[in-house]
Amino acid sequence: MLPDPDDIAAAGAPEPIALYLHWPFCLAKCPYCDFNSHVRERIPAGRFVAALRRELRHEAARIGRRPLASIFFGGGTPSLMPPEGVAALIADARGLFEPRPDLEITLEANPTSVETGRLRAFREAGVNRVSMGIQSLDDDALRRLGREHSAADAVRALEQARAIFPRLSFDLIYARPGQTLAGWRAELDRALALAADHLSLYQLTVEPGTRFEAEHRAGRLLLPPDELGAALYTETAAVAARHGLEAYEVSNYARPGAESRHNLAYWRYGDYAGIGPGAHGRLSLADADGIRRLFATRRHRAPEPWAERVERDGTGLRSQERLDAPDPAREMLLMGLRLREGIDSRRFRARTGTALLDAVDPAMLEACLEEGYLRWQPRSGASAGGGLVGGGPALGRNDWHDHCLAATDEGRLRLDALLPVLVR
Amino acid sequence: MTDTPLSRIRNFSIIAHIDHGKSTLADRLIQACGALSEREMTNQVLDNMEIERERGITIKAQTVRLTYPAKDGQLYVLNLMDTPGHVDFAYEVSRSLAACEGSLLVVDASQGVEAQTLANVYQALDANHEIVPVLNKIDLPAAEPERVRQQIEDVVGIPADDAVEISAKTGLNIEGVLEALVTRLPPPVGEADAPLKALLVDSWYDAYLGVVILVRIKDGRLRKGAKVRMMSTGAVHTVEQVGTFAPAMRPVDDLGPGEMGYITAAIKTVADCNVGDTITEDRRPAGSALAGFKPSIPVVWCGLFPIDADDFEKLRESLAKLRLNDASFHYEAETSAALGFGFRCGFLGLLHLEIIQERLSREFDLNLIATAPSVVYRLFKTNGEMEELHNPADMPDGSVIAKIEEPWIKATIMVPDDYLGSILTLCAERRGQQVDLTYVGNRAMAVYRLPLNEVVFDFYDRLKSVSRGYASFDYAMDGYEESDLVRISILVNQEPVDALSFVAHRSAAEARGRSICAKLKELIPRQLFKIAIQAAIGSRVIARETIGALSKDVTAKCYGGDISRKRKLLDKQKEGKKRMRQFGKVEIPQTAFLAALKMDG
Ligand SMILES: Nc1nc2c(ncn2[C@@H]2O[C@H](COP(=O)(O)OP(=O)(O)O)[C@@H](O)[C@H]2O)c(=O)[nH]1
Ligand SMILES: C[S@@+](CC[C@H](N)C(=O)[O-])C[C@H]1O[C@@H](n2cnc3c(N)ncnc32)[C@H](O)[C@@H]1O
Ligand code: SF4
Ligand SMILES: [Mg+2]
Repeated sequence: MLPDPDDIAAAGAPEPIALYLHWPFCLAKCPYCDFNSHVRERIPAGRFVAALRRELRHEAARIGRRPLASIFFGGGTPSLMPPEGVAALIADARGLFEPRPDLEITLEANPTSVETGRLRAFREAGVNRVSMGIQSLDDDALRRLGREHSAADAVRALEQARAIFPRLSFDLIYARPGQTLAGWRAELDRALALAADHLSLYQLTVEPGTRFEAEHRAGRLLLPPDELGAALYTETAAVAARHGLEAYEVSNYARPGAESRHNLAYWRYGDYAGIGPGAHGRLSLADADGIRRLFATRRHRAPEPWAERVERDGTGLRSQERLDAPDPAREMLLMGLRLREGIDSRRFRARTGTALLDAVDPAMLEACLEEGYLRWQPRSGASAGGGLVGGGPALGRNDWHDHCLAATDEGRLRLDALLPVLVR
Repeated sequence: MTDTPLSRIRNFSIIAHIDHGKSTLADRLIQACGALSEREMTNQVLDNMEIERERGITIKAQTVRLTYPAKDGQLYVLNLMDTPGHVDFAYEVSRSLAACEGSLLVVDASQGVEAQTLANVYQALDANHEIVPVLNKIDLPAAEPERVRQQIEDVVGIPADDAVEISAKTGLNIEGVLEALVTRLPPPVGEADAPLKALLVDSWYDAYLGVVILVRIKDGRLRKGAKVRMMSTGAVHTVEQVGTFAPAMRPVDDLGPGEMGYITAAIKTVADCNVGDTITEDRRPAGSALAGFKPSIPVVWCGLFPIDADDFEKLRESLAKLRLNDASFHYEAETSAALGFGFRCGFLGLLHLEIIQERLSREFDLNLIATAPSVVYRLFKTNGEMEELHNPADMPDGSVIAKIEEPWIKATIMVPDDYLGSILTLCAERRGQQVDLTYVGNRAMAVYRLPLNEVVFDFYDRLKSVSRGYASFDYAMDGYEESDLVRISILVNQEPVDALSFVAHRSAAEARGRSICAKLKELIPRQLFKIAIQAAIGSRVIARETIGALSKDVTAKCYGGDISRKRKLLDKQKEGKKRMRQFGKVEIPQTAFLAALKMDG
């Protein structure tokens, strides 16, 4: 079962914190990647661990001793971190916040031998979930994605990780140039046999500023047409479901209960603190007038200048923007409709100060309900499986606040077209 | 002072099919009479608008005063009037011709008589002109002067025995043309002492002088400082400058009978100067005006919209500037649900439309979209009123319409034998009625009556393509006739797209409706919801297409906590929607409609 969102938003209780720590270094830059990742001849690990610890302490001081629900080491390639550094950061966080008993601690790992050697040390440091960047189980595809590992490396790394960590997830990129429906089905079947409890399956996105973009523009990288993309997506959900993994988010699949709690905090628009170069955060903090308001934080992106600032000021904060209506409501809609469970209208109001119905265009809501892109469904728990409340007419004007507004499978498939017309 | 005796003045114009050498001959005549030094001589001296020179057409009437020492020992004044040759400006042409006593009929000796040659020569005959045929381009190996001479006699029906054979390009026998002008054209007639009667031939706006009026004096004298009256409006102006074109403007004290020249009189816009009007003296007005002044009436209308909505004011200013110099062009503000704010503009014909559009984009740097051209329909309503319809979108409900009349034209098409069949088919498809079909050698001349509506819709292009460019075409308006016309609306999700509605004959409605629907299906990108495109007459749907909902559009990749990026993207998408038009639940980019209109050509 998913943790009940009410749990989080229980009246009066402080919002728990999801803590993100960014490690900005990789062994090589992948040609499709626009994440804040950098290649250095020698990674200045000691300096960056120290800076991360310092910024964490600085940030915790103003957040206060709130419950800590999750820690996520993301990147870049955090499996390149020294395990002692990871251990120190986990210990710091445990001391600075109130760790929940079921604290989820995830680390993103790449399946090259350098890093898999450290897996046991990461486990000993306290990491209880690993997210492995597999990307493909096809050697040709891996080469074309510019990856430094083979399919065999990947399988070996996954098997090791499964033996070491209680929870295991991995990432694949599909809808790659030239990929067929049958090819992907076979690859996915093989992947699912590797018995992870969680998968992130991303359709390849051509990002501005990447090498793939240049190739795409030059006509040398041809993405599958939308129809095939849609078919691949639908097939992915079907194959995953056959293996007992449910599509709980646009690109994320999990055995019930094995959802990434850390990522759920983003999608449910909870509080999260972002530490490290380029990290983003959303935090409810007391404003100058003592009233709790939502803030968006952003840190300096370039690794060394970020570290310099932390060393000088204790923080590499670049900007902190107060989010006033309608921005929180818009953001929560953008994130929440990616989830199969949808957006809880009660939590929406509590979190954004805006009623869900006031945040959407009524005519578009009606049209999307009618078209079967959106639906009202009972709040949490009951969301799994069928037996759902249908479109608008089934729901009285006064009943909606007891429900969640969710995108259907069809709606989620078209979310980027739906949101701009729906969101006010 | 210009006090040349009438007997030593000759006023003439040159008529020719396009490219037969009118401008080249004019250049040669100017050169031969020493009006310009070698250095001043540019090609096509008289076509001084950029667009005129480029397209080889004359838009405004031009005149040049030449002096020629003839073989009889006398010095003659030869006033050359260069007229717009195109049918769109037929009225202007007739006024220019009315200012002269004779014409040089220039025919390309390698090509022979063409449609425009005929249309112009008939107008010249209507103006009682003495016509001197000139066979040009005899330097070309393909020239066949004998055959063309015969053709002129057969087709045009004027004697061509003593046609002057020349090469305007090499200058061969220009002397022969000049002598023919002196010996074969009649001198003008007029009374120097009678009250002033001057024909207003044309007018244009000059940045330094204001409005300049081109005049031909019939009777009396036109002096600097005189108070003159426009007989059609009664407006009185004081003449500031009187002059002749040599071809540069050269002020003189006055202009006597038989002469051509210009005046300026602090007039603001050319709209105050009606072509064909009679100018007389305020103090001693003429008893009657010269024959025939009629305002020129636009026959083709279309909407012009700025592609960038911010350009609307600039478009308004530019149209006003163009109108300063072209009173025959009309415009009024128009709003379209699909295209935003723009103007409904009226033109004398398709060429006029094309020229104005081109000038707007070229001289004023405007990026415009034009709706499909429409003719002026006459709606007779059940309550007895008659209304002229300039815009198909304004067509009222069928129940209040008793009948509709549409304008017809009489078209002359000349084409080599081989292509005649496809031309006849084309005319039949366009509801043409054959009036006449004759052969001259291996060329056929077909005279057809056609609804103008059928001509504004890609007729030229089809004509050109079925004849491989060999057909020549000219037309004259030929009255109105009742017709079974319907307004076809194009609906997107049941809502009409005003800019795409059009009027067509019932027999053509379905095919054209289908083609527009198919085109839109190609152009409109898939949306969140499916889109129904329909063509309808009233409430009856005659064609339909459906654009299915888009199959997938979702960011698969996870951006972690970077929600700001998503929010900014949303803002950008919302911003983009400002360029969209809402049709029910879907929003369609304006560019789709623009493209649909462009493809209509
Ligand atoms: N060979 C030859 N070409 C000529 C002659 N007269 C005109 N042309 C060419 O024919 C073309 C059209 O001439 P133009 O004077 O512009 O024709 P307009 O359209 O009647 O004014 C130009 O390329 C001229 O150079 C001629 O006597 N001989
Ligand atoms: C933070 S990234 C990198 C994690 C790790 N460094 C790795 O590369 O294995 C998380 C995931 O995003 C996915 N991803 C990155 N760029 C992508 C793109 N352009 N299109 C689709 N998915 C992408 C990859 O599956 C990647 O594993
Ligand atoms: S995809 Fe992962 S390994 Fe590759 S550059 Fe990006 S963060 Fe680094
Ligand atoms: Mg010319």
